[in-house]
This record gives sequence, structure tokens and C-alpha cells, in this order.
Amino acid sequence: MRKLKEFFVERLILICGLASIFFVVLIFLFLLKEGLAVFKNVSPFNFIFGKSWYPISEPPQLGILPLIFGSLLVTLGAAIISIPIGVACAVYIAEIAPLKIKEILKAGIELLAAIPSVVLGFIGMVTLVPWVKTTFHLPTGLTALSGSIILAFMAMPTIVSIAEDALYSVPKSYKEGAFALGATHWQTIYRVLLPAASSGIVAAVMLGIGRVIGETMAVMMITGNAAVIPHSILVPVRTLTATIAAEMGEAVVGSEHYFALFAIGIVLFIMSFIINVTADLFLHKRR
Amino acid sequence: MVKFNVKNLNIWFGQIHALKGVNIEIEANEILSVIGPSNSGKTSFLRMLNRLNELHANFKMSGWMEFDGQDIRRIDIEGLRKRVGMVFALPLPLPLSIFENVAYGVRMHGERNRGRIAEIAEGALKQAYLWDEVKDRLGVSAFKLSGGQQQRLCIARTLAVSPEVILFDEPCSGLDPISTAKVEEAMLKLKKDYTIVLVTNNVKQAARVGDRTAFFLSGELVELDRTEKIFTAPADKRTDGYIRGEFG
Repeated sequence: MRKLKEFFVERLILICGLASIFFVVLIFLFLLKEGLAVFKNVSPFNFIFGKSWYPISEPPQLGILPLIFGSLLVTLGAAIISIPIGVACAVYIAEIAPLKIKEILKAGIELLAAIPSVVLGFIGMVTLVPWVKTTFHLPTGLTALSGSIILAFMAMPTIVSIAEDALYSVPKSYKEGAFALGATHWQTIYRVLLPAASSGIVAAVMLGIGRVIGETMAVMMITGNAAVIPHSILVPVRTLTATIAAEMGEAVVGSEHYFALFAIGIVLFIMSFIINVTADLFLHKRR
Repeated sequence: MVKFNVKNLNIWFGQIHALKGVNIEIEANEILSVIGPSNSGKTSFLRMLNRLNELHANFKMSGWMEFDGQDIRRIDIEGLRKRVGMVFALPLPLPLSIFENVAYGVRMHGERNRGRIAEIAEGALKQAYLWDEVKDRLGVSAFKLSGGQQQRLCIARTLAVSPEVILFDEPCSGLDPISTAKVEEAMLKLKKDYTIVLVTNNVKQAARVGDRTAFFLSGELVELDRTEKIFTAPADKRTDGYIRGEFG
């Protein structure tokens, strides 16, 4: 009787485990099936490197290069803003802050992670966008820069908490060893702790960026959504994610436009997959 | 010459009274062995000498400590730690090459000249009796070395910043007898130029290398005398019991 129970429980757990893999595979297959259909009409090269995205003109022009650039530009901007601040914040929390401030900061960062992206988006819309517009004397404040700034706020909690974790798990003995040689606190941080935690910090950065590149709502609200290859960070851009979100509702099921949006999904999937795998490799390098 | 003068030293970690009224004078160019069971305060005492205990959040102290005639708390802490080097129980090479491990401290204290750094590193590796074993592979990761070699690398790293005192915190606890013999040999040769304080769990090691031996028990210094005296005719019954292995 006990054996039988054991048998069923084991099978049940096995099925639960397999289910997640099964659904991922299913989603991926569906994405492929719908997405690859677009290549009957457009070559993959023209799809990725085409410079114009006019999905409802006749015939539709389906080049997603402006969208890829839009996504990359916003992500790059967010990375440039969030990485230094995030890593510095992690160092401060892990090494310098007194216990009380540490607790407050950690709670604050968790709170930042808890803000829904649509809320960040509309706060950005009413505060950041007018500020960007007047500061840089632009016709509109809905620019890649605004998106980058808001996305930096979304990447920061991930970067800070994982980087802090990495710094914290550097063996205490490294730190004592450096101190015993007469290193100052900063020398210890800079030459011992950061290098020793580097793979974890890189992983933190990658995961932060992974979050940014897949983010949709906030960027859609504040980047202006112009599907043009951007020549500066102060112009409106449209990202891959925003395109799918904005156009899926109006695309006719089975049309070329519809398949093209799925193909964008594949591109996005590949991009974040690469980022996540890289982050994973770095995390495992930490042992 | 007296290197360290410790008077009525008491320290606490939070509620724990780790050292109780310790008085010790450490002479220049001697090897002072510090023995005692675990939790006797011997490592805490050692870490007072380079003020490493201050990394502990709830650390408190009272009493008087002098290094070279100067109040230890008034010496700039990085300068003190440069002059008072430390070798830890577990060899902890930094995740760098063999050469970089030794050059690390030298660079940190401001030496920029590459030739000079290489010279210092070679000298330090020779003093630690490691040079012959590693001279052909200085660029290899320090983790590739055996445990005993890693420990001698840590000694070389400490020597490279030219300290006056070297603190050894159970340096052979993770080593095999042959590596232990090599480390002990290095210590005896280093005595000429350095003052050495050796904390050890190995009573025989204290007898082999120490000029004087201090016995700690529950945070108190029970007895301090010439090593022969401690091991042949200890004044205190507890010392006698410990070295004969009655408790530990």
C-alpha cells in the first residue's frame, strides 16, 4: 500500500515537472509555426534588415530593423544609466552602509521592484517626458532617452539585489586577507571584492538587461513609437515589444502582418534567450 | 627590544568576554608560540596585534597596547597592518596568478616600477622557500598549487610588503607533515629578520619552533615562559595538563 502511494506521488511530481517543459515547448512551437509563415512572402534577410515597417500598406513592407534599433538603443541607454548606479548601490549596501541604512535601502529597492511597469510608465509620462522636452528643447519629450531612464529604474532592483548577493558571498577570508596586507577599505573593494564577485555582477547586469529588453508597457507609453531608425537618443523610437503589443489587436488573423508580429516574437525570444543563457553561464562560473 | 607591549587587555565581542586582563611583552626577533584549546582566545589575541578584530561589528576593548613604543590605536591602521603581516589558517590565495598574488600587496602600497616589483616578488618567494618550485610557472593560477605551496605563497605575499612582525594563525592546520616541516623551516629562518607570533593547535609545533610559549585558557593568559621551561617544568597545573594532552 505504501509502495503504491509512493509510486503515485512520484509520478505526480514527474508530471508536474514535465508540464512546465511541455508548455514551454508548446509555446515555442506555436511561435515558430506562426512566425515562420511570414518568410513565405519576405526573405529572412529583408525581414531583419529591411528599413521600413509599413505592415498595412499594400503590399505590406515588413522590415524590422528600425524596431531592433529602437529596442537596442533604449536598452543600451538603460544599461548605461543603471549599471554604474546599480553596482555602486550594491557595493554600498554590501560593504559600507551601517546596518540600519542597509535595511532601509534593501526595503526601498524591493519596493522599487514592486512598482507595476504601467505605473512607472505613466509617472514617466507626466513628469519625465515634459522635463526631457524642455531640457533639450525638443518638439516632443517622447524619446528613447525617456524610455531609457524609466527602464533603468526597472533594471536597477534586479542589478542591485543580485550584485549585492554576489558581493556578499565573496568569502570573508578574501577581505580579511586584503586588510591584513594593509589594504584600505576602498582598495579591498576595488581590487579584491569586485574582481572576486565579477561573474555574479555580470550575471546581475545581464538579468537586469534581460528584464529591460522584454519590457513593454512603460516603453510603449513614453518612447513615442515612431518606427524610424533612430539617429540620436533624443528622438522617438519604437521597440520590438511595443510593436507587438500595439498592433496585435488590429492585425487580421492569418494575414502577413499577423505572422510578422509572431516573427518579431521569435526575434525577441532569441535575444532574451541569449541574454539569459549568458547570465546563467556567468552565474555558474561562480560555483 | 620590546616589539609589542600589552597591558591589562580586555576585549569583548558583544556579550562574550574573549580576553581577560592579558599582559604580554613580545620581544623583537623571537618566535612566540601561543597555545591553548579552541575558544581560549589565542586567535583573538593574535588578531589584536594587527587590529583585525575591529572588523567585527560588536567589538569592544579596554587596556593598553603598544607597538614599538607607540599606542597601537594611534598608528594609522593600514600602516600598522603593513608592518604587522598575517598568515591565516587556511591558505587563501587571491584568485590571481602566482606572481600577481605576491605582487598584489606591493602594488597596493604604491610601488609602480615593474622591475622593482618583480625583484621584490622573487625575493619574497625565495624567503618563503617557494621560488624553486614555482619559478617556471609564475603566470599560473595560484589555485593550481598544492595546499602547502599555497600556504608558502601566502607567506611570500606577506613578506613582499616587508613587514616587521609576522602573525601566523595556525598556519599548518590544513597541511601534511612534509609541508608543515617546510613551513616551520621557513619560520625558523625568518626569525633573523622578523618577529614572529605563532598561534598553533599543535603543541609539538610550539615546542619545535617557539623561543617562548604562552598558554591561553578561557581568555586568560595562564603562563608565559621559555619554551623549554613550559614543556619540562610548567609552573601551572593547567599548562601541564594541556601539554600532556589531558584536555584540548
